[in-house]
Amino acid sequence: MIKHDVLIVGAGLAGMRAAIECCDGLNVGLLTKVYPSRSHSGAAQGGIAAALGNSEEDTWEEHMFDTVKGGDYLNDQDAVEEYVKAAPNVIYQLEHFGCVFSRTPDGRIAQRSFGGHSKPRACFSADRTGHAILHALHEQLMKRGDQVRIYNEWYLHFLIVQEDRCHGVVVSNIQTGEVEIIQAKSVVFATGGYGRVFKITTNAFAGTADGAIAAFNAGIPLEDPEFVQFHPSGLYRQGILFSEAARGEGGYLLNGKEERFMEAYAPARMELAPRDIVARAEQSEIDAGRGWKGEGCIALDLRHLGEARIMERLPQIRQLGIDFIGVDCIKEPLPIQPSAHYSMGGIPADMHGQVVMDSRNTPLQGFFAAGECACISVHGANRLGTNSLLDATVFGERAGRSAAEYARSVGFGQINEGHEKARVLKQIEEIFQRPGTENYNDIRNEMKDTMMEKCGVFRDDEKLTDCLQQVRTLQARYKKGRITDKGKIFNSELYEIIELGNMLKMAEIITAGALNRKESRGGHYRTDFPKRDDESFLHHTLIAQDGEELKLDKKPVIITKYPPKERTY
Amino acid sequence: MTTFRIKRFNPEKQADPYWEDIEYDIPPGATLLDCLNDIKWTRDGTLSYRMSCRSAICGSCGMKANGHALLACQRQAEHLLKDGRDTITIEPMGNMPVIKDLVVDMGEFWEKVNQVKPYLKEKEKPPEKERRQSPEQFKLIDDASTCIMCGCCYSDCNTLEVDKNFLGPAALAKAQRFVQDSRDEGTGERVRELSEAGGIWDCTHCAECVERCPKPAQPMYRIKEIMSVALEEGVTNNNGARHALSFVKSIKHSGRLNENTLPVESMGYFNIKGLMELVPVGLRMLLKGKIPPIIHKNIDDVEDVRRIFRELGE
Repeated sequence: MIKHDVLIVGAGLAGMRAAIECCDGLNVGLLTKVYPSRSHSGAAQGGIAAALGNSEEDTWEEHMFDTVKGGDYLNDQDAVEEYVKAAPNVIYQLEHFGCVFSRTPDGRIAQRSFGGHSKPRACFSADRTGHAILHALHEQLMKRGDQVRIYNEWYLHFLIVQEDRCHGVVVSNIQTGEVEIIQAKSVVFATGGYGRVFKITTNAFAGTADGAIAAFNAGIPLEDPEFVQFHPSGLYRQGILFSEAARGEGGYLLNGKEERFMEAYAPARMELAPRDIVARAEQSEIDAGRGWKGEGCIALDLRHLGEARIMERLPQIRQLGIDFIGVDCIKEPLPIQPSAHYSMGGIPADMHGQVVMDSRNTPLQGFFAAGECACISVHGANRLGTNSLLDATVFGERAGRSAAEYARSVGFGQINEGHEKARVLKQIEEIFQRPGTENYNDIRNEMKDTMMEKCGVFRDDEKLTDCLQQVRTLQARYKKGRITDKGKIFNSELYEIIELGNMLKMAEIITAGALNRKESRGGHYRTDFPKRDDESFLHHTLIAQDGEELKLDKKPVIITKYPPKERTY
Repeated sequence: MTTFRIKRFNPEKQADPYWEDIEYDIPPGATLLDCLNDIKWTRDGTLSYRMSCRSAICGSCGMKANGHALLACQRQAEHLLKDGRDTITIEPMGNMPVIKDLVVDMGEFWEKVNQVKPYLKEKEKPPEKERRQSPEQFKLIDDASTCIMCGCCYSDCNTLEVDKNFLGPAALAKAQRFVQDSRDEGTGERVRELSEAGGIWDCTHCAECVERCPKPAQPMYRIKEIMSVALEEGVTNNNGARHALSFVKSIKHSGRLNENTLPVESMGYFNIKGLMELVPVGLRMLLKGKIPPIIHKNIDDVEDVRRIFRELGE
């Protein structure tokens, strides 16, 4: 059995930031199913928000208001306040760590405009901000190499919970297939999101809900799973991300009639309205037959920005267009469509990263979460662009600090090693023994199609009921799938099958939340209930397993400074 | 129909690698990764490779196609079928041990990245806010900072093939990102260490890494930038720097390379042991009639060459 004072699962921004925070004097392990530098945080392009005021005067209050309004008033405002106040120092610290930022002529960190933010507050490194921060944090971990043990290519199976305390995780080494127990006084989850549940997504193949489902299987409810953000500019048919920075720098969205259609949906903010609004506008144009060139896409037009600005500010986007569809955005518009991008919901945690188990916020001792897998709820019903890198960094740091404090205050508990290991060995053996009459690839594709069509940008009772039914049928078929690789060494097929199991569960949870929320708010839009309904639904959703069924519960939203108002842009 | 000729290896089943031919119709617009995924998901689940972001930013899916390293997600499969070929050969990256199929062990690669101390070194406490860095200073580290650590350069590096001690292009590009970072205070120390054996001067400038790099990082240019800084910092007490300086001196003087003085000056006039090592080579050259003329003549237009040097302010 491996032992660590603190074990962090996931080595993206939140996980690495947590590791840096708690390695001082403690024995820390950092586990990732890829390598730290391969984490999906690196795919974030446009920026990280903070009211530095480097290009226009700005305050944390404005950042807070924009975030709350952007989140359609479902955000927990006490957490939002802490978060936006922490932002400037977090950016300065990243800069001190060596993170490479684009600069103003006088050498300060450059800032650009972003959707839903009333001021230019996105600090950036060209169009690869996530990459720059991810590598800066990785560098800091290499510097602390003797204090943090990194487990590259290890997979998380289960969380070990006894009574009200977490004791560690059951994991396996992907390269060798060995199953291991890692006992820890504190466990931090920073496992990312689950966009892979949907057909068109900006997410990496790794975004498969492993952490959220491991927590869920340990009895922790998931919060607000119905709120999934669709990014307005994923590459048509593929979902590869074209940063919102393209619009921040002045890009236009055009429909098939070459109209800047945002005029009709958000005249004050146009292309820089929040993502939920832009994604719905795009989908409405497409559904009305006004897609670009008569297809199911919209045009992202950057031509008027000129070659120099594109090459300076958006070089990676240009290269992506050339490599993936042979379109040079200096000369032609890029075809885009709404693509599943970010999960506002996740493992419920407080503003210190402490995971809580119910509507009364009962803590699960020794278990912390940060980043996209967590729902602290600073984003409410819709996240603003550039607020996620900030979320991962601020709450990664806080979860790391909380985990370290807890680890310093307690001893190791007792674990039944044989029993815990057997759970995974049994799971794997069961997969090997399935009848093999079903094809996992078909199941995966059907899940993604169903979720995209019936639980996507526009939802209604009929679609969602049908969706839930289909997902449950797929879950049954999943139990009869066929595996071809029964080896131990780098068995990526086996891990993909386990991931598919997680995604099928997640799909069910998302759909159940969406079906239950009979209103439209932020990223969740019901055509049969097109208005926000504060009377009945100004609360968080909590979903837990109850026997064969899902049990839904409510949790109050914390409102401090900004009472709900009508949300227009 | 295209033949995907894939180098397979699974030590659990068979000690040696073998080639497998898979006939596959490339769908329009499919990347190499799309094809491999389709093959894995619909035909043979045992086929193993790494992949994650499928948008050329995570650096997972490095492999060799038609003999050269690339990111599978970044290349349209049809582009690998130029000149009427009907076969794409796919094999694991080079210069690294293979774990299974297209999955290589990158342990040494990361170890070497670690060796260049890839983190900001600062002597003074940073200011309360951000440190200032001009857009021009940012530009100096912009390219190197795009590196995604995919290992494509390391895979195809010709120096590494013969010298495992070479730090390799990726680690050196990472080093440049700190050597020329206006915020880093360890420049002198860094260039001294990077000038040692296995470092910058062991690069043979073949530019293979520039060809393979999927990003603007392009390691060989970064290595040359470190060389310039090392010379500016006066770190010349090593064969590589002496070689470069002797080269320049000879060209400036005569317009051509003096192949007699070059090896001696590279070794250093007072490096008795090193000079003795040259003796057997010299004797063999003499026997084979390969010794360059003893009297080194200027080229006819040497003034033009000198003018170039003057123009460059050298």
